[in-house]
Amino acid sequence: MVFEVVVVGTSTGGLKALQTLLSGLPAEFSLPIVIAQHREKDLDSGLCEYLGECSSLPVVEPDDKEPLLGGRAYLAPRDYHLLIENRSFALSTAESVRFARPSIDVLFESAADAFQTGAIGVILTGANSDGARGLATIKSRSGFTIVEDPASAAARQLPDAAIAQATPDKILALDQIAPCLITLSESQPSNELLRRGAVETAIYYGR
Amino acid sequence: MSTAPALESSLQDIEIDLLLEGLYRVHGFDFRDYSRGSIKRRILELMRAEQLTTISEFQNRVLHDAACLERFLLGLSVHATAMFRDPSFYLTFRKRVVPLLRTYPTVQIWVAGCSTGEEVYSLAILLQEEGLYSKCRIYATDISMAILRRARDGIFPLAAMREYTANYHKAGGVHEFSDYYTAQYDSVIFSGSLKSNLVFSEHNLATDGSFNEFQVILCRNVMIYFNKELQARVHNLLYDSLSMFGVFGLGNKESLKFTPRAGYYEHLNEKDKLYRKVA
Repeated sequence: MVFEVVVVGTSTGGLKALQTLLSGLPAEFSLPIVIAQHREKDLDSGLCEYLGECSSLPVVEPDDKEPLLGGRAYLAPRDYHLLIENRSFALSTAESVRFARPSIDVLFESAADAFQTGAIGVILTGANSDGARGLATIKSRSGFTIVEDPASAAARQLPDAAIAQATPDKILALDQIAPCLITLSESQPSNELLRRGAVETAIYYGR
Repeated sequence: MSTAPALESSLQDIEIDLLLEGLYRVHGFDFRDYSRGSIKRRILELMRAEQLTTISEFQNRVLHDAACLERFLLGLSVHATAMFRDPSFYLTFRKRVVPLLRTYPTVQIWVAGCSTGEEVYSLAILLQEEGLYSKCRIYATDISMAILRRARDGIFPLAAMREYTANYHKAGGVHEFSDYYTAQYDSVIFSGSLKSNLVFSEHNLATDGSFNEFQVILCRNVMIYFNKELQARVHNLLYDSLSMFGVFGLGNKESLKFTPRAGYYEHLNEKDKLYRKVA
């Protein structure tokens, strides 16, 4: 199985959960990580900078059509949906989905379309159900699906909904998710991905 | 027997190609180079709203039933927007662009892809407050006549005014926002004085050409729905329509990088995606 992307969705309690997840990943983690965290639409909360401080990986909010690169974490900008297509990001200001923009379902469904079996979907803590359908879509395309154990999640409604709808491959305690992602990312020629990532980064920034 | 999910997905992609190709060849509406992820979501939502289960059935109805075609076009192009969306953009416009506009005898402005007009009225209010509106003409264009009719009416839901008022003040507005509209039941209508220099007209960025020369062009959160090829076309079209030293505004998360016109503008303010044509 060759994985090409990790998509992560979370809502209530997500800040702390993302901090734990990202701090568990090494700088040489080979896959792009794309995060949809429900957030206030008119508050520039400094979330991106904060997550960057917790992580060995650079954390950025992508611009429209920015290419997806390994070894980076991407955060969906506030008040936009974030989609993946042709290994680039696409943004949308279409209506909220299940009261959310960014919507986890929108990100996950686009990742399933773009990468099929190559997508890993991760659902963390949350207090509504946006994300459950998206995870089920990744599962239906034979991608890999992980849900944070509802018993220890800050808010269990989203993990519960995701487990019910997607029957995930793994249900893990929060601190076990990063090690699992590392194992999954190592089950493939990661050096090649990293190398390609470095070259593409250089091209993107015109170096 | 139902189709396997992965096959179903690639079948849907083929059906979408066929639908968009048919729509273009029959009616001339060209959505073929729209960003695939967004338009696929949109088409599937509209298909479900028509109580249909395959895009092929939907294609049949769109091509043969005029009322369904109208619903389809309306549904594809409506996007949620807000007055003074991203207030800091308008604040920067006030501080950095308004002084430039004072130096022109007349100012031609194009709001390309104006949708239901929230941005157009925001701009009209700003220019009126700065004493510039009387010498400005704002051309507001969109692909859908039905949407343009709504924009021209200037009627918006009362429930949205709280958010718009907050945005207006964050964008540097100093008056009572409610001075600009009259509320009736659950709607508000914006003042006729804001409409005096607005020209609404049909224009399709995917197929139509330049129609004037402008000192300001705003095209915010429109090209995010296009693929790279169509974005390149539109960037060229807008560049050709902008006078030298004219001002160009994009959405907060749009970038000139990867467009054929990247080297032809300088930043007025990088964060707010306001540019000036310099070459």
